[in-house]
Amino acid sequence: MDNLKAIIEALIFVSDTPITSSKIMGILEDVKEKEILSAIDDLVREYEKRNEGIFLREVAGGYQFRTGEAVGSWVHKLKNQKVAALSPAAMETLAVVAYRQPVMRSEIEKVRGVDISGTLRGLLEKNLVRIVGRKDVPGRPMIYGTTRKFLETFGLKTLSDLPTLREFRELEE
Amino acid sequence: MTTGAYEVKLDIFEGPLDLLLYLIRKNEVDIYDIPIALITRQYMKYIDEMKSLNLDLAGEYLVLAATLTHIKSRMLLPASEEDEEEEGVDPREELVKQLLEYKAFKEAALGLDRMNILGRDVFSRDHTGEEIEKDEQPLREIGIFELVEAFRRISFDTGQKDLMEIDVEKMSLSDRINDIVDELEKRGELTFTDLLGDADNRMGLIYTFLAILELMKLRIIRAYQAVPYGTIRICLAGR
Repeated sequence: MDNLKAIIEALIFVSDTPITSSKIMGILEDVKEKEILSAIDDLVREYEKRNEGIFLREVAGGYQFRTGEAVGSWVHKLKNQKVAALSPAAMETLAVVAYRQPVMRSEIEKVRGVDISGTLRGLLEKNLVRIVGRKDVPGRPMIYGTTRKFLETFGLKTLSDLPTLREFRELEE
Repeated sequence: MTTGAYEVKLDIFEGPLDLLLYLIRKNEVDIYDIPIALITRQYMKYIDEMKSLNLDLAGEYLVLAATLTHIKSRMLLPASEEDEEEEGVDPREELVKQLLEYKAFKEAALGLDRMNILGRDVFSRDHTGEEIEKDEQPLREIGIFELVEAFRRISFDTGQKDLMEIDVEKMSLSDRINDIVDELEKRGELTFTDLLGDADNRMGLIYTFLAILELMKLRIIRAYQAVPYGTIRICLAGR
């Protein structure tokens, strides 16, 4: 297919959420996976080389167009919205959930040394954290994990894309 | 306002462990060899300062104060026979472990904050505007009472016999919660009747209803209705 790259670019452009390569494959039935992946790679590189306002990023197992960091403050003016920032406390709770999942609330509180009901509720509301089940111990406490939206928000491909806990490795030794 | 070297803004600390880390950094002491007497003294001064400012001191700060005092006293005492059995156990060990662990996650949190966050540093095309136009009727969020009312109507409709066998093992609330969240993630929005329609007996209905209530309480889902007694729509919060 001559215009394979053009089709894929268009599909990614119109998708609300990061579009997966398997979804693209479902649309382009006759094209081999290898060809599709290499076309996506080409696109990613082209936007990288162009180095202007838009980049093609791999996030949450799919592909999405995102604005560059350098122009962020201007886009903000257009959006005219308050920065959906997380407090340092919320960020700490989120970090424990992200690296320790599936994790119980009591485990997070042990690490942080404070009550986390407020920050946890905020993260659940923002859909960055979700209940993944209940632990099979007395009291059947809820266990928490991160969501797909967490990956999208922090621009991660998968959870293994999280930076490693440097200090933590020292501790294990 | 000058209250001396111990003037403290409580909101710069994320908790007692954070305060302790700050003191260790400030005194430039080794985290593996904390001078407990010095650090405990300074920690107590901060606590007193916070109290005198009438700050609502979280209980956790006092718990750590007690721990520090306890460690300090154990370090002063000669090792008892019991302690000698587990040779060379430093009374500070547990605290050091906890501090290192907290420090790792504090740094991880800073690491997350430095990433390019969607909606703060980088942006994607968003479709929120279109979705609002799609609904012809304005929806209002509803609470527990409307749900209970709807549940009563549905549970009478099933026309089940009153007598039935209850198979408790087959079902669990958390399974139902997970099913509902998965279904909502897949389909975006469901009606109350869709959800309860899956249940084939009264037990199933009750479990599903409890799961919905639990999810609403945790604000994972929200329920909307256009008119009284109208269709109740349920979707994930934050979407």
